[in-house]
Amino acid sequence: MMNCKHATRLLSESLERRLGPVEKGMLRLHTSMCSGCRQFGVQTRELRQICRAYTPMEEAEDDRDEDRQGR
Amino acid sequence: MLTEKDITPYLEERRGDLLRFAQLQLGERQRAEDVVQETLMAALNGGKGFERRSQVKSWVFGILKHKIIDEIRRSDRERRLGDIAPEGDEVLVEQLFNRHGFWRGETRPSRWVDPDESLENRQFWQIFEACLTHLPDRTARVFMMREILELETKEICANLGISTSNCWVILHRARLGLRHCLSREWFEEER
Repeated sequence: MMNCKHATRLLSESLERRLGPVEKGMLRLHTSMCSGCRQFGVQTRELRQICRAYTPMEEAEDDRDEDRQGR
Repeated sequence: MLTEKDITPYLEERRGDLLRFAQLQLGERQRAEDVVQETLMAALNGGKGFERRSQVKSWVFGILKHKIIDEIRRSDRERRLGDIAPEGDEVLVEQLFNRHGFWRGETRPSRWVDPDESLENRQFWQIFEACLTHLPDRTARVFMMREILELETKEICANLGISTSNCWVILHRARLGLRHCLSREWFEEER
């Protein structure tokens, strides 16, 4: 069986390129048995969402108050 | 509606945050200063008319991202570096996987509780930044170019003068490291 190091590499690469059918099959087999790698797959996608939401400017409390009132 | 008088002090206050981000991305203080200066000028000219400061914030950060991308594209400074074995990464891999390449019991990923809710939390973002800066420099830069500046892998590789497969290896290591750090420092505490 493919190991977790290899499986996480393919999971990461699936965000960069289309995996081939053999890679996909091997990966599916691995994740069907490995909860750790299943979570890794979910979380790399969540990580992408987190990065898209990131703004480095720290929010002051009054921005939030202002926002709440504005809604 | 916000006026220039509201925006100017707000932008000045946030200058340090912008600078910190630009420096992480560009590596050099002077280039970061220039890009932030340009951003603030553009923001001052166009920032009137927003209703709330939080809208100004994401708008200003959007400008900064574009200015950084322009600067990266304009400059060929990055290109000298060539392929690298990502620094410090073997340690990380050994820490996460056993000698057969399977998760060690204590590093096996488990579910993150409500990640969307964390996005609203200031402390989460502090930890996120700390985890990013904890990655080896080059690894963090490639990752941020990909996921925060949202450049395509092809462009990143070309710009840094590294091969596509090297780029993928670096991104894999970055995701392993960042995921592990966020789990340990944030998500597991919530459980």
